[in-house]
Amino acid sequence: MLALYKKEMRTYFTTPLGYVFLGVFLAVSGFVFAMSTYYSQTSDVSAYFQTMILGYVVIIPILTMRGFAEERRARTEQLLLTSPITISGMVFAKFFAAFTMFAGSVLVSCLYYLPLFNYGTPNVGKAVGSLIAMLLIGMCFISVGLFVSTLTESTVTACIGTMGTLLVLSATSIFNSIIDSYFVRQVLSWVSVYSRFDNFVYGEFDIAATVYYISITAIFLFLSVRIYEGRRYA
Amino acid sequence: MEDTQKFMIRISNLVKNFGSKYALDDVSFSVGKGEIVGFLGPNGAGKSTAMNIITGYLSSTSGEVKVGGIDIFENPDEAKKLIGFLPEQPPLYIDMTVDEYLSFVYELKGCTLNKKKHLEEVRSVTKIEDVRHRLIKNLSKGYRQRVGIAQALIGNPPIIIFDEPTVGLDPKQIIEIRNLIRNLGKTHTVILSTHILSEVQSVCDRVVIINEGKIVADEKIESLSEVVQDRRRYTAKICGPQREVLSAIRSVQGVTRVEVTGERELDSYTYLIEAAQGVDIRKPLFFEMSKQGRPIIGLEAAQMNLEEIFIRIMDRQEEGGNK
Repeated sequence: MLALYKKEMRTYFTTPLGYVFLGVFLAVSGFVFAMSTYYSQTSDVSAYFQTMILGYVVIIPILTMRGFAEERRARTEQLLLTSPITISGMVFAKFFAAFTMFAGSVLVSCLYYLPLFNYGTPNVGKAVGSLIAMLLIGMCFISVGLFVSTLTESTVTACIGTMGTLLVLSATSIFNSIIDSYFVRQVLSWVSVYSRFDNFVYGEFDIAATVYYISITAIFLFLSVRIYEGRRYA
Repeated sequence: MEDTQKFMIRISNLVKNFGSKYALDDVSFSVGKGEIVGFLGPNGAGKSTAMNIITGYLSSTSGEVKVGGIDIFENPDEAKKLIGFLPEQPPLYIDMTVDEYLSFVYELKGCTLNKKKHLEEVRSVTKIEDVRHRLIKNLSKGYRQRVGIAQALIGNPPIIIFDEPTVGLDPKQIIEIRNLIRNLGKTHTVILSTHILSEVQSVCDRVVIINEGKIVADEKIESLSEVVQDRRRYTAKICGPQREVLSAIRSVQGVTRVEVTGERELDSYTYLIEAAQGVDIRKPLFFEMSKQGRPIIGLEAAQMNLEEIFIRIMDRQEEGGNK
């Protein structure tokens, strides 16, 4: 598993993928950060985080689209699946590698906060809470992206498929205002990744939301493993 | 225990169906220690499916596969350690250099051998030392195939499985890869799949012939050669006008059928001649042509294609059964 993790990390940096991801991530988050704080003349970062969740819908598929799709297209999955590594080991190695890239980029983007201290007194607790939530949401989105990439041989299909799935997953609560049925509204806001984020933005550590994010991650990783096992029996 | 010592691979009643189509239908065979076994069959016969099941890539619908005495379905991780596998398309990460790739495979397989020394050995056996720092995407097909073989050898597994190892290579590369496989056979158990008859004849000790998911024959290579060297059909190149030569051939005792193949070289044509069973027509043919002043400039036993071999083998089995 460690060997595959190391290989994945190396692939991010020996192909343009890692650099494209880092570049797009930092450019988008930098722009959103500047617009929501400096431009709006506030040191409150909650708007930044809320906007960035939608940014992730576009950025994270770049990170996960190759995941399994490329292995399948190049037939290298045959090497992985005939070597003494379990399917869950393979899925976890890919997941942790993508998460490492993501978490690294998030940490680098933390540098954006520093100048804020020059202009005001940012709420550090709120920012840290939001950061943790961002990592959890990223984790969730990565597992969805990897799952979608197990379904296809094409990285482009994986990328667009992931964007679509993430959009549905994160924005369902937006439809709440136009839906009459209480029950449907409840279900939609339960599914929505977006609405779970609110408490973190107010500086509160929401255990229910944390469990929710971890569960979603676990479900999609489990589904990825099942897809691979199912394919063996096809 | 006796089983383990005798057979490296033992396959019993293996069935695999994709929907209603049977890719493998009750396949059983075993491979002994140190044998090189050729898995021969036309495209789509089920060779790759069988290999993918033996290596743990696919599961079976029913049946049992034991590798070194270990069940591949019950204890896949242990069984996989015993196998080096080169799939039909070498599983290469083309963005890596050869060294990076081999080092990754070494770690992936969890090898415990001395890394530097072992990788050096593998590179030297497969003759890829001079490309070790190059990116795999820049290598020729022949070299990529060698890197694929090197990958299979890492960890020094006792069993090596090659799926169509010479497809798409040029004649010189084919000879090199076959020599390499023959050398590997001295120290390993090797299974090799191919649809080329001469490949099996030049490399293997034994041949398992598969057609439409069923095993048609499991024979020593010597008995395959007997079947293949058909003493009843010849191709002959004879000079002279076609009609006269044809009637001259027909007049030879023992000839049952003659046809012109359409091949022409200056004033000679190629004829396919069939003889009655148990009759050697070569000498009478020579004397007859000599008498008519029609020189024979080439005469050889006709090569059979795979389908003819299947038919011949099945005929023979039926004859054996009737006796």
